[in-house]
Amino acid sequence: MKLTTVVYAASALALSAGFAHADNHSNSDVKKALMDAQAAITKALAAMGGDAMAGGAMPSYEYPSLDGKQVTVVSWGGAYTKSQVEAYHKPFIAGTGAKIISEDYNGGLAEIKAQVEAGNVTWDIVDVELSDAVRACDEGLAEEIDMSILPPAPDGTSAMDDFIAGTLDVPCAVPTIVWSTIFAYDKSKMPNGPKTISDFFDADAFPGKRGLRKNPKANLEMALIADGVAADEVYDVLGTDEGVDRAFAKLDTIKDMVVWWEAGAQPPQLLADGEVAMTTAYNGRIFNAVAAEDKPFEIVWDGQVWDLDLWIIPKGAKNKDAAMQFLAYSTSTGPLAKQASWISYGPTRKSSSPLVGSYDGKPDLKMGPQMPTAPANFTNALQNDFEFWADNADELNERFNAWLAS
Amino acid sequence: MTDVTHFRDEKTGLLLASDGTPLKTKLRQSLKTSRRRAFMLVAPLLLFIMASFVIPILGLLWQGVSNATYEDSMPRSAPIMRAWDGSSPPSEEMAAAIVADMIDARKAKTIGKVATRVNREESGTRSLFTKTARRAAKMEAPFVAALEKADKDWANIETWRAIKIAATSLTPAFYAAAVDMKYTADGEFVEQSEERQIYVSLFVKTILVAGGVMLCCLLLGYPVAYLMAHLPAKTSNMLMILVLLPFWTSLLVRTTAWIAMLQAQGVLNDLFVFIGITSDDARFSLIYNMTGTVIAMTHILLPFMILPLYSVMRSIPISHVRAAKSLGATNWTAFWRVYFPATVPGIGAGGLLVFILAIGYYITPALVGGQDGQLISNFIAYHMQRSLNWSLAAALGGILLAIVLFLYWLYDRVVGIDNMKLG
Repeated sequence: MKLTTVVYAASALALSAGFAHADNHSNSDVKKALMDAQAAITKALAAMGGDAMAGGAMPSYEYPSLDGKQVTVVSWGGAYTKSQVEAYHKPFIAGTGAKIISEDYNGGLAEIKAQVEAGNVTWDIVDVELSDAVRACDEGLAEEIDMSILPPAPDGTSAMDDFIAGTLDVPCAVPTIVWSTIFAYDKSKMPNGPKTISDFFDADAFPGKRGLRKNPKANLEMALIADGVAADEVYDVLGTDEGVDRAFAKLDTIKDMVVWWEAGAQPPQLLADGEVAMTTAYNGRIFNAVAAEDKPFEIVWDGQVWDLDLWIIPKGAKNKDAAMQFLAYSTSTGPLAKQASWISYGPTRKSSSPLVGSYDGKPDLKMGPQMPTAPANFTNALQNDFEFWADNADELNERFNAWLAS
Repeated sequence: MTDVTHFRDEKTGLLLASDGTPLKTKLRQSLKTSRRRAFMLVAPLLLFIMASFVIPILGLLWQGVSNATYEDSMPRSAPIMRAWDGSSPPSEEMAAAIVADMIDARKAKTIGKVATRVNREESGTRSLFTKTARRAAKMEAPFVAALEKADKDWANIETWRAIKIAATSLTPAFYAAAVDMKYTADGEFVEQSEERQIYVSLFVKTILVAGGVMLCCLLLGYPVAYLMAHLPAKTSNMLMILVLLPFWTSLLVRTTAWIAMLQAQGVLNDLFVFIGITSDDARFSLIYNMTGTVIAMTHILLPFMILPLYSVMRSIPISHVRAAKSLGATNWTAFWRVYFPATVPGIGAGGLLVFILAIGYYITPALVGGQDGQLISNFIAYHMQRSLNWSLAAALGGILLAIVLFLYWLYDRVVGIDNMKLG
């Protein structure tokens, strides 16, 4: 195991140092030299035996060369896209010679729908939330994916068994990460900070403004958990009118103190500015503020609502074959593990988890305990039910907005 | 000297051109040529606007009354469902057609679209559709019973009534939804349940905010425009630069700057605390609410008020006011009776410009509006980008357009559009 980690770190270093230059692909000699070096390391690793291979950021894949081809990869921007560039794009460019155009978007299916309906699809592969993946698949906006292209785990476990159970159920999408909506506070301002989701709704014990996402999703669930509903019963309760009333009644108790946010980058900013005492947020954004900017924020994992992000390939994508290759590569064991060293979103392959090391550049900051799926964080967790939201989003959004304005 | 009668037709008395054709015909010809030339000159722009603006907008507005999602993907059941009375128990014919359509729609991967469409009418039917479609291929007659066996919601008549509404392509359902009404399967309009009513109050709020912003702009802009028009050139140019600089700055930058100014830990609140207007733990909430929206929008739209006012005031001779005073008018009377009426065309132009821009404002309320500072345009964007309910977005947009056109017509009737002066 130790050997694995060392080799992994060394090769990652070699790659990121080398390919930072190679990705402008103006100098084909440099690239060729690097690819030779990479082939040599791969061979050496193979000689060391299977276990060492496991950790390789070094692609052990043998995909056809994609010289001169390009793939447009669309994701959410910021620290998250950076983690993908480091873990997926750079090694993929080096390994195949493809060119990657990285674009940012803000989620939702509007652009994909517009492109597919206009018959001019410029995006080749898009990072979407689970509910959007299901919807894109149902509505024929995404290509079906032949799951047999997904490489097995290094120990030979097939991809179907390697991915967390149930995450490969959508026939048009392959999951990459587990992310979570949590709440966080500034521990320099609140030394005896909140411990549970109920504390978030306790204005007397913990005064100060609250940040909440301006969307019923996750808020209603958290309100119910805070009101004493067990995590596994939340959606049953929310399926009834009384349950919805109960969730809104709980939100009512803090409505006057809420600052609403919309973009994922806002909550850490609100906390840093002292605009709010505590706020819900995506766990990776808070982690990033802590790890990269040394902010004194603390995450409360109790009552977290977790979800998946997945790759989909829009129907009629111009570079479908190259995109499929990129998809298969980026969701293999090594790249998924490597991404987790840049941002605290959990890999969706079981074989990736043991390979997750420390935060890039900070050997002391182990990534394992930062993951939503770490056992200590996962005790009172709820998976976002995409089917519930697909059915009820229209109605609950109207009700939520009417409630906001009232 | 030319003989005048030479140019007159002797019989009819019509004036003739030098080549003997009647002058009227000649004039018409020459007008025709110049009209054609004028048309050719604007033709590129006209084509561009038609292709990139008018046609897409008409297409989108059409979506507000027409949504053929169901009929396109479920062609067998659509006419049968439309013919159903909406109250008698679902017939075997209806069920059989729906099951047959579901099998095809699942193969064609359009079942999700259909499910989404029906779900707009009745929450919860989306998963009902996708689940049932998965089993449809194995179903056998009698189909009503088979459907009810697949999911008990098929025994609920509301499910069938929702399908009936969705099966009608040309439908007022979206316009009804846009004014907080519900179009039922019986063809009646009933009020939406109270906790879901939102759009009417938003339209009212949007109009009030636009009106408020217009008034603020007028009150703040009028004195500035007056100064600019009547100060010596050197000073007024300086003022002009101060007005134009923010005008040239990106909208997004200005809005973000207001966030830095107005937030609880922002410049303004710090100042208030420093001079003791408020205490540190009772800072004013100036942003992420309606106050923030109005302040930021007023600032951003101010130049649209000042510039037309300025150009009108420049054209008013200052001697008129002097004349009024020399005839014994007080300062106030001279202003109110002589100067002010002359500026009305500018007020009309600026007011209309600010109002119409404000009524469709999107970015600023989205960024600083927070909880209660959202306007109707934010919801149109929401339905375009998030819920993908383009028909409802089109209906909301159609109503907004109608309101603007109505107000324009009203303005024309009350003030007269000819009185407007943009410069």
